[in-house]
Amino acid sequence: MGTVRRHAFVECNADKVWSFVGAPERLHEWFPITECRVEGNKRWITLAAGIVFEEDIVTLDHDLRRFQYKIVNNSLIKFHLGTVDVIPDGDNRCLVIYSTDMDPEVLALPIAGAASLGLEKVKQMFDGK
Amino acid sequence: MGRKILFITTDQQRYDALGCNGGTIARTPNIDALSKAGITFDRAHPQNVVCMPSRSTMITGQHVSTHGVWMNGVPLPEDAPSIASDLRRAGYTTALIGKAHFEPLLDPFLRFTENRIGNQRKTTDNPDDPHRGFDHMELSTHGAVGQLHYANWMRDNHREAIAGYYSVLDHELQVNAEGGGDTNAPQLKVNPIPAEWYHTNWVAQQTINWLNSLPADKDWFCWMSFPDPHHPWDPPASELHRVPWREVDLPAGYIEDKSKREKVIDDKLRHWRGWYDGTFVSNYEAPAKWVPASMTADQVREVNAFTHVENELIDDAIGEVLKAINARGWSSDLDVIYTTDHGEFQGDFGLLFKGPYHVDSLMRLPLIWRPAPSAKTAPARVNAPVGLVSLAATFAHIAGIERPKYTEAPRLPTSNDDATNLGHERVLTEWDSVLFGKIVHLRTICRNNWVCTAALDGTMNKFGEGELYDLTNDPLQHVNRWNDDSVKALRDDLLSDLWANLPAQVLPLRNMDAPV
Repeated sequence: MGTVRRHAFVECNADKVWSFVGAPERLHEWFPITECRVEGNKRWITLAAGIVFEEDIVTLDHDLRRFQYKIVNNSLIKFHLGTVDVIPDGDNRCLVIYSTDMDPEVLALPIAGAASLGLEKVKQMFDGK
Repeated sequence: MGRKILFITTDQQRYDALGCNGGTIARTPNIDALSKAGITFDRAHPQNVVCMPSRSTMITGQHVSTHGVWMNGVPLPEDAPSIASDLRRAGYTTALIGKAHFEPLLDPFLRFTENRIGNQRKTTDNPDDPHRGFDHMELSTHGAVGQLHYANWMRDNHREAIAGYYSVLDHELQVNAEGGGDTNAPQLKVNPIPAEWYHTNWVAQQTINWLNSLPADKDWFCWMSFPDPHHPWDPPASELHRVPWREVDLPAGYIEDKSKREKVIDDKLRHWRGWYDGTFVSNYEAPAKWVPASMTADQVREVNAFTHVENELIDDAIGEVLKAINARGWSSDLDVIYTTDHGEFQGDFGLLFKGPYHVDSLMRLPLIWRPAPSAKTAPARVNAPVGLVSLAATFAHIAGIERPKYTEAPRLPTSNDDATNLGHERVLTEWDSVLFGKIVHLRTICRNNWVCTAALDGTMNKFGEGELYDLTNDPLQHVNRWNDDSVKALRDDLLSDLWANLPAQVLPLRNMDAPV
C-alpha cells in the first residue's frame, strides 16, 4: 500500500476555502486535470494524458470539512482512498491536507505530485482573501 | 566558426563495456577510435548512480545536494541552470535527441514538459526560450510506450512491433520480474523488432536528420542520448548472433561460489544483503518480486550477452553519425564527449540493475573526450578522479565561454598534470532513497584509489557504519576495510575530506512526484 500526504497552510478562513475545495464538481479549477463531471455520488475526471477515472464520493462532511473519494471500476487499481481535509488554524488561516492511500503503491506518487500543484493553486487563489 | 560539440551518452553502461577500457566481449571500434585520438578517463564517477540525479548533474554541473534531484521521480526544476542555455546564448544551436529524463516518465497528468511536448508532437515548447535551453528535443526511453517521440513514431509507423519490446511494468505497475530468453533471466526478452526500428537506430537517425537540417556555418551542441544498454535487455533478435550467450565468460565480479559470495555481501552495509535476499528493495527500478539470490550463472551470461549486443549497436550507430558529420565537413572542428549516467551490476556480487551500492560496477564509468582535431590536444589516459559534474564546465570551455558560476567543478583535464593543476583530487557520490518507508542515505568519496562510503541513518544502516575499499589491491571490492584498524587514520582522513567538500544539501528535500 502506498500512502502519501501533501499539505499547505492557506492564509484564509477555513469555511471559505472549504466552500471551494469541498465542492467535488470544481476539482478541475484547482487540480491539474482537464475535465470533471459529477452525478450524485459519482465523479468522473479526465487527466491530460486522456485517462478517465471513475470515482465514488465516499465522504462529503461539511462539519468536519472532509472530502473522501475512491477510484472505482479500474482494472489497475486494487484499492484507493483520497482524502482532502481543511482544518482551521485561527479565524483567517487553515491547513489543507491531501492524502492518498493506494494499491498499486507507485500510483500514489504521481497523484501526490498533482496534489502539490493543486494545493499551490489553492494557496494562490485564497491567500490573503 | 567555433567548435561543434557532440555529447554522446548511454544509459547504465559499465566502464568495461568498451574495448578501449579492456572490454573483451562487445566490439566497439568507433568508440575505441575516439579513445585513441582523445582523452580517456579511467576513474570517472557519477554523482549519483541512478538516471535522473545523474543526468541533472550533467546539465547543471552541480552535485546532487545542490540541484536537489535526490532520487528518481524528483523533477529537476524548470528554472534549474542548464549548460545548454549558456551555449545557446553564446550562439550555439542546441538539441537533445534520445533519453532526457530530467523529469519523471510516469506522468498521467502531463505535468512535465518532456512528456507534454512528446504528447503534443512538438520538438520545442517555446522556440524563443526553449525548455532547458534545447532548441530541439526528440525524446525516447526504454521501449515504445508512453508519451515520448519515439513511442509516437512507433505507433504511427510500426505499431505491430511495439509488443516485441519487453513490458517494463507488470499488471500491478511494479517493475516487471518476468523472465525471458533461454535462461528466464529477469527483464530479458528476444525482441523480433527489425534493427532499423529499434530505438538505438532511431536516436542516431534523428540526430543525423537534425544535423543535416543545420546550415554549414552554424555552431551546434547535440546531446545524443541512447536509452541502452539499460534494462530491459531486449535488443533486436536479428542481432543476437553477435554475442552467443553460451560462449560468454562469466564476469570477473561474479562470485560463483554461493557461500563466498554471501560472505562478501555480508561484509558490506546491511542493505546489500537485504536486497540480495529480496527483502529490502530500495530502488523502484529493480523488480521487487525478483530475488537476486536466485540468479543462475547462465542468467548472468545471457544478460551480459544481450547487454553487449546493445553496446555493439550503439557503437555502430555512433559510426553512422560520425560519418554524417564528416560528410558535412565538420570533423576537424568537432569535439566528442562520450559517457553514461551510471553503471550496472551485470552479475557482479550476484546482482543485477543498480541501487545504493557504491562500488565500481555502478560508479566506474566510461568517459572519453575526443577534442576537436583542430585543437591539437595530445591523446592521454587520465587516472585522476573526475566526475560527470565536470561536464558542464567542459562544454563551456570547448565553446570558449566563461565557466558558469553555478557549476561546482572545473572542466575535465586533458592529462594527469592538468588534473593536478585544475584540482581534481577527489570525486563525490551521493545516494538518498526514501521509498515507502525504505530509507538509505550514503555519501562517498574516491581519492588516491580508495573508495570510502559513509552511511547516514536509515532503515538498515546507522551513521558511523560504512565501506572502505582499496581499489589498487582489491579491484573487485571484495574486502570492506571500514573496521580495519590499520587503515583507520586513512578512513578518517577520507571522511574529513568528504564532509569538507560535499556541498550542503539544499533543504527541504523536494517531493518525489513519481517512482521514476
